Amino acid sequence: MGSYVPTTAAEREQMLSKIGVESMEELYAAVPREMLLQDGLDLPAGLSELEVRERMTALAEKNRVFRTVLRGAGSYRHFIPAVVKSVTSREELVTCYTPYQAEISQGVLQGTFEFQTMICELTGMDVANASHYDGATAAAETIPMCKDRKRTVAYVSAATNPQVIEVMKTYCFASNTELHVVPAKDGRTDAEALKAALGADAACFYLQQPNFFGQIEDAALLGEIAHAAGAKFVMGVNPIACALLPTPRELGADIAVGDGQPLGLDTAFGGPYLGFMATTGALMRKLPGRIVGQTKDVDGKTGYVLTLSAREQHIRREKASSNICSNQALCAFTAGVYLAAMGEAGMKQCARLCISKAHYLAAGLEKIGCRLKYSGEFFHEFVTETACPDCRRRILDALAEKDILGGAEVDGGILWCVTELVSKEKLDETIATVKEVLHA
Amino acid sequence: MKLIFEQGAEGHCLHLLPACDVPEYQLSAERTAPLHLPHVSENELTRHYTALCRQIHGVNDGFYPLGSCTMKYNPKIDEEMASLPGFTKLHPLQPEETAQGALEALHILGTELGEVFGMDAVTFQPAAGAHGEFTGVLLIKAYHTDRGDTARTKIIVPDSAHGTNPATAAMCGYQVVNIASNDKGGVDLDALRAAVGPDTAGLMLTNPNTVGLFDPNILEITKIVHNAGGLCYYDGANLNAVMGVVRPGDMGFDCIHSNLHKTFATPHGGGGPGAGAVGCKAFLRKYMPGPLVVEQSGKFGFEYPEKSIGRVKLFYGNFTVCVKALTYVCTLGKEGISEAAKNAVLNANYMMACLKEKFDMAYDGPCMHEFVMSLTRLHHETGVSALDIAKGMLDFDLHPPTMYFPLIVHEALMVEPCETESKQLMDEVCGIYCRLYDMAYTDPGALHTAPHTTPVRRLDEVGAARNPVLRYRFEA
Amino acid sequence: MNFPAELKYSRDHEWVKMLDDTTALVGISDFAQSELGDLVYVNLPVAGDDVVAGETACDVESVKAVSDVMSPVSGRIAEVNEALDDAPELLNSDPYGAWIFKVEDITDFAELLDAEDYEAFTKEEH
Repeated sequence: MGSYVPTTAAEREQMLSKIGVESMEELYAAVPREMLLQDGLDLPAGLSELEVRERMTALAEKNRVFRTVLRGAGSYRHFIPAVVKSVTSREELVTCYTPYQAEISQGVLQGTFEFQTMICELTGMDVANASHYDGATAAAETIPMCKDRKRTVAYVSAATNPQVIEVMKTYCFASNTELHVVPAKDGRTDAEALKAALGADAACFYLQQPNFFGQIEDAALLGEIAHAAGAKFVMGVNPIACALLPTPRELGADIAVGDGQPLGLDTAFGGPYLGFMATTGALMRKLPGRIVGQTKDVDGKTGYVLTLSAREQHIRREKASSNICSNQALCAFTAGVYLAAMGEAGMKQCARLCISKAHYLAAGLEKIGCRLKYSGEFFHEFVTETACPDCRRRILDALAEKDILGGAEVDGGILWCVTELVSKEKLDETIATVKEVLHA
Repeated sequence: MKLIFEQGAEGHCLHLLPACDVPEYQLSAERTAPLHLPHVSENELTRHYTALCRQIHGVNDGFYPLGSCTMKYNPKIDEEMASLPGFTKLHPLQPEETAQGALEALHILGTELGEVFGMDAVTFQPAAGAHGEFTGVLLIKAYHTDRGDTARTKIIVPDSAHGTNPATAAMCGYQVVNIASNDKGGVDLDALRAAVGPDTAGLMLTNPNTVGLFDPNILEITKIVHNAGGLCYYDGANLNAVMGVVRPGDMGFDCIHSNLHKTFATPHGGGGPGAGAVGCKAFLRKYMPGPLVVEQSGKFGFEYPEKSIGRVKLFYGNFTVCVKALTYVCTLGKEGISEAAKNAVLNANYMMACLKEKFDMAYDGPCMHEFVMSLTRLHHETGVSALDIAKGMLDFDLHPPTMYFPLIVHEALMVEPCETESKQLMDEVCGIYCRLYDMAYTDPGALHTAPHTTPVRRLDEVGAARNPVLRYRFEA
Repeated sequence: MNFPAELKYSRDHEWVKMLDDTTALVGISDFAQSELGDLVYVNLPVAGDDVVAGETACDVESVKAVSDVMSPVSGRIAEVNEALDDAPELLNSDPYGAWIFKVEDITDFAELLDAEDYEAFTKEEH
């Protein structure tokens, strides 16, 4: 048992005597007696480091790590350069607090400023914040950025990751905001339905690009429809896809958000990831969360500080539009290191590998009789039609036997995802395995 | 320091990815906007970030008594366990039967923290403290909504509260009723009695409160709110003072969040990722965000609570942060948890005893795990402010205490040493604090211009806010 | 500290300059700007919105604080001073030139003081 307390019994006595009390118990004099735990917590005894290591390792070993992953749906296994972990495991970076004392926090502040710049570059937007919890909460927090007294209703495409829609619904339940889901047709947002749905009270329309089914939406058209109705156009984007796809800015978005997990973060059973949020200069002061700005010190030397803080909860309290305090700073720093390591060429190559390999797998599966459920252009995810759940099960089980985590089951099909990590051989093996099941 | 965009040169890069081994696919419309990212070699890249890290003060670099933030030592074994591939390489949507260890880890942590909190169910979905508050207040909202009790539109918050409390209540659609604190920094019972009524949805409270004192009227406080039909939310920011000694559930609270990155020793990472575990009493469990981890005859799986408020985040929260917290809880166990709390309180009282000979304390002791000094007199007598003293500490390689919080104390410095600091270090630090105090009288000018030895000196925050430069601009 | 005699002042530290019987310019007093410190942003109200005497019309931000600007009159916002968007520092350097908003169709007033009484009031406040 250890509690990382260095104090010896003798030191404790000296300290108590300096304080002027007899015992540790006296320090808790304000706590009503009847409330104190008489026999302590009902917990196991503490363990030595050796025992803890055994216990935690045993838990880790009960999990199965697939050699090959063809599942995305909001969490993507990509290649992580060695420098990323090496840099981001430095103790100063891992153990420091939010950079309130700017003079001794320039490293975190500058790293965040660089991250903000890179997110602006990826999305084409003017400003970005220092991160949000994840892509879903970032999406949900765009709604209060767009609402005003007259425009109070939010819209989201049905082709959005269902978990993102769920989180948006929770946030809207909180703020008593109406949220409408705009239907999809053939795996993409139904533009006519959007046009019909948006009223004079429409605050914003959220579109995921590529959408949950991997399909590339006609974002420019949908953005025009949103703007024509006077609503803000919000895009949720995949940061790897951003390297190849037209930017949210080019497509007319007022706000671009997304989950930064693909940028050098492990899938880690769902977290920690990071949300990124970027917007136009016009909406800059509506961004929630921390923002780092460049300035000068008293000697005229360039430095960085947390800025525009009067937007935030610690100053604006109940008038703040968001309560966010801690974000995912280290994850944002990690994404920055990843983007620096990849560079423009690396990002484009990564995106090209993803899309090319996804199309190779899709074509291979089509050739053996799988039908693609949707007809539109896609990025690195696509859905094959496999209506019967039992058949889906058999395909996924057969792949699992080959140490391949197959696609995610979605309504009437399987949602596949291919990243740069999967070699042609593995894709061929996947196709052959599915073929065996289908033709058995 | 140069930005990474100003390092290296066009053509410098890392060699990371292979050539494409399948036919290359071109999209019908591709990006035409330029994509400016750094051009650096691996050597240039690592040197840049190493240089940045040298300009950061972490817990490993020295004393970090940031009040209300609980900057305790972050054990290395916790980091190592959280980086086991059996945890980091799991896909969140892989079949439950292939992630039994991960689910079991969450289940154990939920059970053990439930015991520490005195609560019946725990979720790890919230990513941070404020996110936990949001989740907890939504449980309260769902409870009233479910009962058809729609007249409850107000949340009571003491004026000493963290800004996240009123901001959370507002985000959840509530009107905030601020109530004044009494002269001991606690809840003014008369003000509370006057504030509650049929429109009270609940109370948000930190106990020990933000001035570092345990509110001796806590049972009366929660009773007043319950009698009015409201629920009580415990902000666990200061749980480190009382864990294993007294439980929020036994104080009369209905739900709680705990910052695993404070109390349970997971590192802060410069402002996250944290984790905001939320616990609740059995009657609120059905409103918890889904999914919750459940055990059935030795198998672990997910369950969506019947009347769930819905998801608050993707997947199951900041999972590997939870792995670190579990490693910590297993290490401390039954005895270690209360030992940590008691020593956190001992250390704070010891520093307060050492400092009160010079500094004015905002409230008479004993304190819990932190205490607040008010430098109003010093400011009045010397012109040296709490900010000046804090900046003076930087020249001694010390991270200053929290400044100007809570708002109800003028010229506040809030000191939280944590249990992992030694008497020797605290003696040394108190010596420096006292030296700075004396300097305020002998050489105030040096404090007005401090710090002098840091990588940059005081920065122009006004200029930064008036003319925001929030990104690097590349030459066209 | 400057208290121009031709203006009226509210106890919330706003000044009012009547342009005619039902139209006025509103800003914050020299005393207010000096208490607030360096202002970095003005959340301007929206033209066309109604304001009520004694209630919040908009707010001003310093680096560490937000302060409400209470309307000293009831009426409708006719115009806002957009120059403050880019130059909030005008509130510090020229508080009586830097009007924040113009109200028209004024129907009611908060209790307004003349310069002499207001100056006395600020001394009590301090």
